[in-house]
Formats: sequence, C-alpha cells, structure tokens
Amino acid sequence: MVEGCGPLALEIDQVSHAFGARKALDNVSCAIAPSEYRVLLGLNGAGKTTLFSLITRLYDNASGGIRVFGHDVRRQPQRALRQLGVVFQQRTLDLDLSIMQNLIYHGALHGIPPARAKRRAEEELERLGLAVRAGDKVRKLSGGQMRRVEIARALLHWPRLLLLDEPTVGLDIDSRQSIVDHVQRLCRDERLAVLWATHLIDEVLPRSHVIVLHRGRVLADGPRDRVVAEAGASDIRETFLRLTRDGDGDGDAVDGDRAA
Amino acid sequence: MSEAAAIQDPRPLGPVAYFLCLRGIVWREALRFLHQRARFVAALVRPLVWLFVFAAGFRAVLGVSIIPPYETYVLYEVYITPGLVAMVQLFNGMQSSLSMVYDREMGSMRTLLVSPFPRGFLLTSKLLAGVAVSLLQVYVFLAVAWFWDVRPPLMGYVAVLPALVLSGMMLGALGMLLSSGIKQLENFAGIMNFVIFPMFFASSALYPLWRMKEASPLLYKICLVNPFTYAVELTRFALYAQINWLDLAVVAGCTAVFLGTAVLAYSPSKGLIARRGGPGGGA
Repeated sequence: MVEGCGPLALEIDQVSHAFGARKALDNVSCAIAPSEYRVLLGLNGAGKTTLFSLITRLYDNASGGIRVFGHDVRRQPQRALRQLGVVFQQRTLDLDLSIMQNLIYHGALHGIPPARAKRRAEEELERLGLAVRAGDKVRKLSGGQMRRVEIARALLHWPRLLLLDEPTVGLDIDSRQSIVDHVQRLCRDERLAVLWATHLIDEVLPRSHVIVLHRGRVLADGPRDRVVAEAGASDIRETFLRLTRDGDGDGDAVDGDRAA
Repeated sequence: MSEAAAIQDPRPLGPVAYFLCLRGIVWREALRFLHQRARFVAALVRPLVWLFVFAAGFRAVLGVSIIPPYETYVLYEVYITPGLVAMVQLFNGMQSSLSMVYDREMGSMRTLLVSPFPRGFLLTSKLLAGVAVSLLQVYVFLAVAWFWDVRPPLMGYVAVLPALVLSGMMLGALGMLLSSGIKQLENFAGIMNFVIFPMFFASSALYPLWRMKEASPLLYKICLVNPFTYAVELTRFALYAQINWLDLAVVAGCTAVFLGTAVLAYSPSKGLIARRGGPGGGA
C-alpha cells in the first residue's frame, strides 16, 4: 500500500470525535499513499464530513492524530493545510463574482500573487474546457461546471492531497462521469493523492481502494476486490449492504441518488 | 521521512504572502459590495433619513449648548452627524459579521478557514475588509451631508479616517463575537432589536450626555458603559480634528477584547464551529 519511503499523503491514527453525546467518529484509522485514489464510502451521517472537517481543521480532533505528508494538523496546521486542496460538499463559490475572480481570491488566501494565480487558473480552466468562460459570473454556470471550477480552485495552490466531499451530489449522470474521470486523470497524471467521499457505490471504480465508513467506524479498508472477497459477497454493492445492514433499512439510500 | 517532506514542502509564508492575503480578502469584499447596489443604497438612505427628517424635526425641540469639540452653537443636524456616521458603521459591522456566519456566506467561511494563514489573521483581515466597505459608505454620507450644511473642517475628513477604522473594527468584532455566541440572534431583526437599537439610542449619538443625565441618571450610566458612545465621541472629535484620549483608549481596548474573544471563539479547539458540528451544520 505504501510506495516509496516518503511520508504518507494522509495518515489518520485512531481518531474519535463526538458532538455532545453522539459519537460521530469512533477510533478511525486509515492511511493514503501519495498519488493514491481512495474512495471513502458511507451513507449520509456515517461521519465522512466530520472526518473532513477534522482533516481541514475546522475543528480539532480531541483524540488520535491526523498527519498530512507527515505534518500533524494540530501542531503544524500551516504546513498541513498548504498541502491540501478541498472541495466541500456545499457550494462555496461566490455566485456574483466571475470564475476568474473566485480563483484569484482563492490564490490570495494562499499568498499567491494575482498575476500568478491568474496564469495558474487559466491552465486549470483550459484543462476543464472552461477557459472561455473565465469572465462569466459563477451564477451563470451549471451545477457540473461549478463543481469543476471548485476542483480547479482546490488545485490552484499546487496541493498534493485533494479531498472531495460528495462532489457529484445533485449532478446529472454525464456531469458525474466527467468529474470522476477528471479526478482520476489528475490522480494518475499529476501524482495527486485523492480522498473521494461518496455514498454512491458506482463511484467505487474497479481498481480503487475503498474505505467503508459506517456510524463513525471503519468497517473495511483495502482494494475493492479484497474488500468484496473478505465480505464473502459477489460485488461491492452487496458488500456494502452486508456491512452496513443493521436493521434500519437505510441501505436503500445507496441507490437513491443514482437517477439524480 | 521528515527530510523527504521538507524537500517537497513549499516555502514558508512570508510577510508578502500575508499582505497578498489581506489584500485579496479586502478586494473580494469590495467586489461583492459593488455587486450589491441595493445594500449600498440602503446603507446610505438610512442615515440620510435621520439627517433630513428626524434632525429637521428635532431641531426646534432640542437645543444643544456649546460643548466640545464644537466652539459655537451648532444645529442639531451638525450634532447628530457623527452619531449617524457611527450608525452606518454599526449596521455595517453587524451585517457583515452576521452574514459571514449565518447565511450563504457560510460556505465562503469554510474556504476562508482552510487557508493556511493563522485564523486570527484571517478573521482580522475579514473585519478590515468590512471596515473598508463601511468607509466608502461613510464618506459618501459625509459628502451628501456637506450639501446639507454639515461642514466640518477639511482636516476633519482626514483625521476621522483612523477613528473610523478603529471604531469599525470594534463594531465588526462585536458582531463577530455575538454571532459566535448567541443562538437567538441568528436573524437580523433580532440583532436590530436587541443590539443595534439599544446601542444606538443609549449613547451620545442623538443627544449629548448631559441632557441624558438631566432626563435619567440611570440611562446616563448606561450610556457611559456603552462602548458605542465612545465610538461616536471618538468620531465626533476626530471630525473636528481633535483627539479625545479617553474615547480612543476605550474604543481601542474594546476592539482588543472583542477581537481576541472572537478569535478564541473561532479557534478549532473551542467555540462555535465545534459545538455546532461545523459551519452549515453538516455532521
């Protein structure tokens, strides 16, 4: 799993987190190597967003350790955050500003001079086929285009680890596919480590590593086929349903968004 | 292992990077403001209504004796102008701080907080950006007031700038602090009723404190502990190119306390974000 001798892109070590009495994460551990693509699969409320909030230091992990390329997010937040690109579940672009203005603003938040941010943004937009729309207000974009702009934004400061929290929710099938393909390519070509959180089973691609998170606990972690084999199931869908079946029937949610 | 990390790590963020970040945050706030013309008009109409209507009506009722910094009898319009300037800042401070946390800005707060710069710096920059917007509103208001014969000395327009920055910071930091702590004040109407109006009326914005003292000693004491009174007086003296040291000290002190507490409230280990399960409330 770990290639080379460099530090892991992301190392989560026995992290627990509670909101009041409710335990959102229970002793979660996992590791992602540089340039690895990993899917974090879990139903809504499994703890995916909490985990992302801890990694991005929106709040502190009370127990355990989180390291990004060897930097503990609590002790060296600046170093850790600079390696991170994040696409949040909710839309976070400024609708009244243009695409380019949004990207230049993000550059400023990472101390990148406007001219340099602009060049970098042009590069990324070109790759996404949105270069001609750089001056358009974000409000005019479709949901899928906004997502792609958010991915471009997350990459603007040359991070080496990209976190995406349910990036395809609410998008049509074509947009979903193009975003999955794009991020896969980034992972392969740019040697970017990716943690892709989703509740959509068909986003677990054949050769990808998958972590199954359920009610704050890691139930499985490994290459897809191994996870399937260990569960004694025929495919990942059945695996997931078996692992998360605890009588409340919300396994249906897995398919819920497919048609969306 | 740490050696490998060091090789690939970007250079540490220097002073230039900090400056670029601050400038970027102010630039974005200004752009947003330019896109929200309705907000600008509202921010301008509010004090102008007070100046044109309220002050004209009260001119006959209220006599203002000669009190510093004024050297002659002044019309009521002249007296309340600094109070209205402070009101512009009060509204602006509350509005920008609250919107930052509660409405659509929630998303942009997330992007702000995952920036690698220290959180205190980011929040201070955000406040300064709000202040920059309020400065624009204040100067346009003062320009209109000039035509209404409210004409402080020319130097006053320059001298009032640092006073405005400081009082704007104080009010913005107060808004940020309130937004982090008090759940009931989530909508703007609540803030109007419980913060803006009491602060505005129980201050020296509309009437000199000696008049307040005659009317009600209790109210007078309330005015004296209201930080807004000091913001108004700081602005009033500065507008006549004078410094009132007491006002300056109180406003500076309150700014430091409010800002310090707000930064603490937003730190990852305690405060608002952790308690609520993150901005946006997502678990």
